[in-house]
Amino acid sequence: MTRFFASEFFFNYTRNWSAIIGSALMFAFAFAVLVGPFLVAQNPYDIASLDLMDSYKPPMWLEGGDPRFPFGTDGQGRDVWASILYGARISLFIGLAAMCASCFIGTFLGLVAGFYGGILDSIIMRIADIQLSFPSILIALFLMSAVGTGIDKVLIALTAVGWVVYARTVRGSTLSEKQKEYVQAAKVAGLPNHKIIRKHILPNVLTPLIVIATIQVGTFVLIEASLSFLGVGVPITQPSLGLLIKNGFDVLFSGLWWTSVFPGLAIMMLVFGINLFGDFLRDELNPRLK
Amino acid sequence: MTITIETQTDQPLLELKDLRTHFHTFAGVVKAVNGVSFKIGAGEIMGLVGESGGGKSVVGFSILGLIESPGKIEGGEILFDGEDLAKASDERLREIRGRDISMVFQDPMTSLNPLHTVGDQMDEVLRLHSNLDADARKQACIKMLESVGISQAEERLKAYPHQFSGGMRQRVVIAIAMLAQPRLIIADEPTTALDVTIQSQILKLMRQQIADNGASMILVTHDLAVVSEMADHITVLYCGQVVEQGKTRDIIESPSHPYTRGLIDSIPDPTDRMARLNQIPGNVPDIRNLPKGCNFRARCPRAQDLCAEQEPTLKPQHNSLVSACHFPLQPGEK
Amino acid sequence: MFGYLVKRLLQMTLVLWIVSVIVFLMMSFTGDPVFMVVPVDATDAEIAQARRLLGLDQPMPVQYWRFLVSLVQGDFGYSYVFRQPAMTLIMERLPATVEMVLVAMVFALVISIPLGVYAGANPESKISRFIMAGSLLGISLPGFWVGMVLIYLFAVQWGIFPSSGRGDTAEFFGLRISLLTGDGWHHIVLPAITLSLATTAILLRMTRAGMMEVGRQDFMKFAKAKGVSRRDVLYRHGLKNAIIPVVTIFGLQLGDLIAFATITETIFSWPGMGKLLIDSIYRADRPVIVVYLMLVALIFVVINFIVDLVYTLIDPRISLK
Repeated sequence: MTRFFASEFFFNYTRNWSAIIGSALMFAFAFAVLVGPFLVAQNPYDIASLDLMDSYKPPMWLEGGDPRFPFGTDGQGRDVWASILYGARISLFIGLAAMCASCFIGTFLGLVAGFYGGILDSIIMRIADIQLSFPSILIALFLMSAVGTGIDKVLIALTAVGWVVYARTVRGSTLSEKQKEYVQAAKVAGLPNHKIIRKHILPNVLTPLIVIATIQVGTFVLIEASLSFLGVGVPITQPSLGLLIKNGFDVLFSGLWWTSVFPGLAIMMLVFGINLFGDFLRDELNPRLK
Repeated sequence: MTITIETQTDQPLLELKDLRTHFHTFAGVVKAVNGVSFKIGAGEIMGLVGESGGGKSVVGFSILGLIESPGKIEGGEILFDGEDLAKASDERLREIRGRDISMVFQDPMTSLNPLHTVGDQMDEVLRLHSNLDADARKQACIKMLESVGISQAEERLKAYPHQFSGGMRQRVVIAIAMLAQPRLIIADEPTTALDVTIQSQILKLMRQQIADNGASMILVTHDLAVVSEMADHITVLYCGQVVEQGKTRDIIESPSHPYTRGLIDSIPDPTDRMARLNQIPGNVPDIRNLPKGCNFRARCPRAQDLCAEQEPTLKPQHNSLVSACHFPLQPGEK
Repeated sequence: MFGYLVKRLLQMTLVLWIVSVIVFLMMSFTGDPVFMVVPVDATDAEIAQARRLLGLDQPMPVQYWRFLVSLVQGDFGYSYVFRQPAMTLIMERLPATVEMVLVAMVFALVISIPLGVYAGANPESKISRFIMAGSLLGISLPGFWVGMVLIYLFAVQWGIFPSSGRGDTAEFFGLRISLLTGDGWHHIVLPAITLSLATTAILLRMTRAGMMEVGRQDFMKFAKAKGVSRRDVLYRHGLKNAIIPVVTIFGLQLGDLIAFATITETIFSWPGMGKLLIDSIYRADRPVIVVYLMLVALIFVVINFIVDLVYTLIDPRISLK
C-alpha cells in the first residue's frame, strides 16, 4: 500500500483535479448506493409507506415543499430522493454486472481468437466487425424488443453489445504478445497452451482493459437508462434512474419537473464522474502519450 | 566595455550572443542552450556539433523563434543582419522564416505534409514571400526542383510526398528551403535519416545550392565526418554550452578540447573495417542537474581536481581555436 | 477500381444477408405473430387457418427462404396495426428522420470542429479546459433527459419553441420537407440540438486528439519554418490531417444519430421512422420492425462505403483496393 502512495500514478492523481473530482463523484455515488436506502425513512417500493396526501410535493426549498421530501414527491407520494437512492442501485448494478460479463466473455474470445487464429479468429472477428458497424443502442433496443423487459434481459442485451470492444483489444495485444520471446520460449519449453495464455499472455493484455471497463460502466448506465426510458428496459416494479425519468416525463407538461430532473442529474453525476476518472486513467496508462 | 563601430562589411550575417534557451518541465529546468555565442559571415558554413541531447537543434529553432512552451528564450541576442530576432515580433519572424532564413529538417519522411502535393507545399513559400503570379510561381518551382536534381519536375509537382523516396523527399525539402533564396539555411541533421550512399549526394547538393545562392548555412549534426567535409568553421556544443570553436581544419587536425578529441576519435575509419570504434565513455550528464565544475570531467581522461572545482571558460588556444578546458591539448598531442 | 467496387458490393450484400438471418431468428423466437392478426375470440380452426396463411406452419428453413425472397422483392408485408404495407409506412416517415439527423449533424460539425481545433492547439489554456470539461459532460448526459429539460425550459416555461411535432412542411419532389418552412425550422431546433449533443462532444474530442497528435509532427514545424501563419498551420496543414480519424468515426456517428433519433423522436413526438419503430415495438408490429431494421442496416452499409470513399479523397496515401 505504501508503494501505491509513493507511486507516480498516485502523485499524478493528487495533481489532477478532474481525476479527484471524478473519483469523488464515483465514491459519493457508491456510498449513496450502499448506505443510502438506510438513510431515508421511506421505502418507495413499499406501497404501505406511501401516502397519496403527499403526492406532487415540490422540492423543499420551493413554496409548498415539505422538509421530509427534499427533492419533492411523485404522483403516488413517493419521495424522489428515496426513489433516486433505490433507482441508482439498480442502474449501477446493471452497469457493473454487464461490464463484468462483457469483459469476461470479450477477453476470453479475444484470447482465443488472437492465440489460436484460424477459422475461429475469422468468425469471431467478422461478427465483431459487423456488430461494430451498428450503434450499440440500436442492437440493444432490437434485442430487448425481442426478449422483453427485465433486469436479466437488460444484462444480456448489454453484454451482447459490450463484449466486442474487449475482444478486439485483447486479440490485438495477444497477437503482439504472442510474438515476444518469452512466449516463444514457454512454447518451446512445452508449456501447455492454456497455461501460456493464463500465465504469460493474460496479465500482459489486461492494462488497456482497465480504461475500457471504467468508461463502459458509464456507457452501460446511459444505455440502460435509454432503454428503460423507451419502456423496453427494466420493469416498473424495479425502476432504475432511467425509468424514473420516463415516469417524470409523463407529468412534465404539468410543470412537475422535479420528478424527472433530479434522477437525470443523478445519472449525469455518476457518468460524468466515471468519464472524468476514465480520462485520467487513459492518460496514465497509455504509454504512448508519455 | 568598449564601443566598437562596425562597418557594414565586417558585420557578420548572424551573430549569437550568449543565447540561453531553457525548458521549464515538470521535473526541473532543462538548460538546453546555456550561453552559446558564435558568428557566421555571408557565404560561410558553420558546423554545429555535439552528441544528441547537447542542445544543437534547440539553437536552430531558437534562431527562427520556433521554441514552443515549455521552452523559452531566457536571454542573449540573436543578431541577424544587425536585427535582434530574440526580440522580434511574431509577425516579423514570420516574414523572416522561409524568406531570409529557412530550415531543413532531419527526417524527410515526416517534414512534408502527407496530404498536400509537393507543388502546393513549394508554392506556399512563394505565395507567402514573393509577389509572383501563379504561373511565375509554378515556373520557379519547376526550376527549383530541376536544380535539386528531380527530373520531370512539372509532373512531380502534382505528386504527393509518399510517392517519393526518402532521398528525393529531402531534395524536395531542400528545394523548399532554397526557393525564396534565403541568406541563411539551418540544416538540422539533414542526412542522418538517409542511406549512406544518398547522404553524400545530398551534402553535395546542399553545398552547391549554398554556393549558387551565396547563402550561409548552419549545419547541425552529430557527425563530425560530415562537418569536416562541408563547414568552414565548427562550434562544438556540450550540455548546452560551447566547449570549442575554430576553423574546421584546425579543429579536425588538432583539437584542443578533450571532448572534441573524443568526437574525432569516434569517427569510424572507412579504410579500416577491423578498427574498433572509440566511443567516448559514459553518458551526457543529466542536464537538469549539472555537476559543479566542468560538465565533461566525469568522462574526460585528462580531468584533475581543478576540473571539479571550477568551471572552465572559453580561452584562445593554438591556431584559430577557442576552447573551455583547464588542461587543453597541445598541437599534435593525442 | 472496378474490382474494388465488386468486392465492396459483395461484402455489403453479405452483411445485409447476415442481418436478415439475425432479424429472422430473433423474430421467430419472440411471441407468435398469429395472435396479432386473429381476433381475440378466434377458434382453433381460425388460428390454424391464419397460421397457414402467414406460412407459420412451415419448417424454419422454408420460412426463412420465403422471408428472404420477399425481402429481395421488396415485399415486407402489411403492418398488423395500420393494415398498410410496412414499407410505405416507413418510407413516409423517412424524410422526417433524415432531415432531423442531417440538421443535428450540421450542428455537431459546426460546433465541434472549431472548438476541437482550438482545444487541440492550445491544450493548456483555461478555455480549452473548459471546452473539454463541457464535452465530457456532453457524453455523460442522457440525451433524452436533455431533451426533456429543453422542453421544460423552452416550451413549457418560456414558450419560445414548440414542444412537439414537425410543424408545416412543404412538398419537394413529392417529399414533405419541414426545412423549407420557417415553422418547420422552428420545430426542428430543439430536437436537433438534443440529438446533436453527444455527437458534438465526441467529434470535438476526436478533433482535439487529432490536432494534438498532428501538432507533434515535424511537418507542422516545417510549415512554421516556411513562414506560414499560425492560423494557416493549424487549419491548412493541421486540420486536414487531424480530420482523418474524425472521418473514420463520422459514419459511426451518423449511425448513432439515426439510432438515437428513435429516442429523440419519441420525446418530441417527431413523426419519423424512429418513433414508428418504438410504437411498433410496443405493439409487436413485426413487419414494420423488420423493414426498419433492414432499411437502417442498408443505410449503415452505404454510409460506411461512402466514408471509405471520402477517406481516399482526403488521404492520397490510401487507394481503393
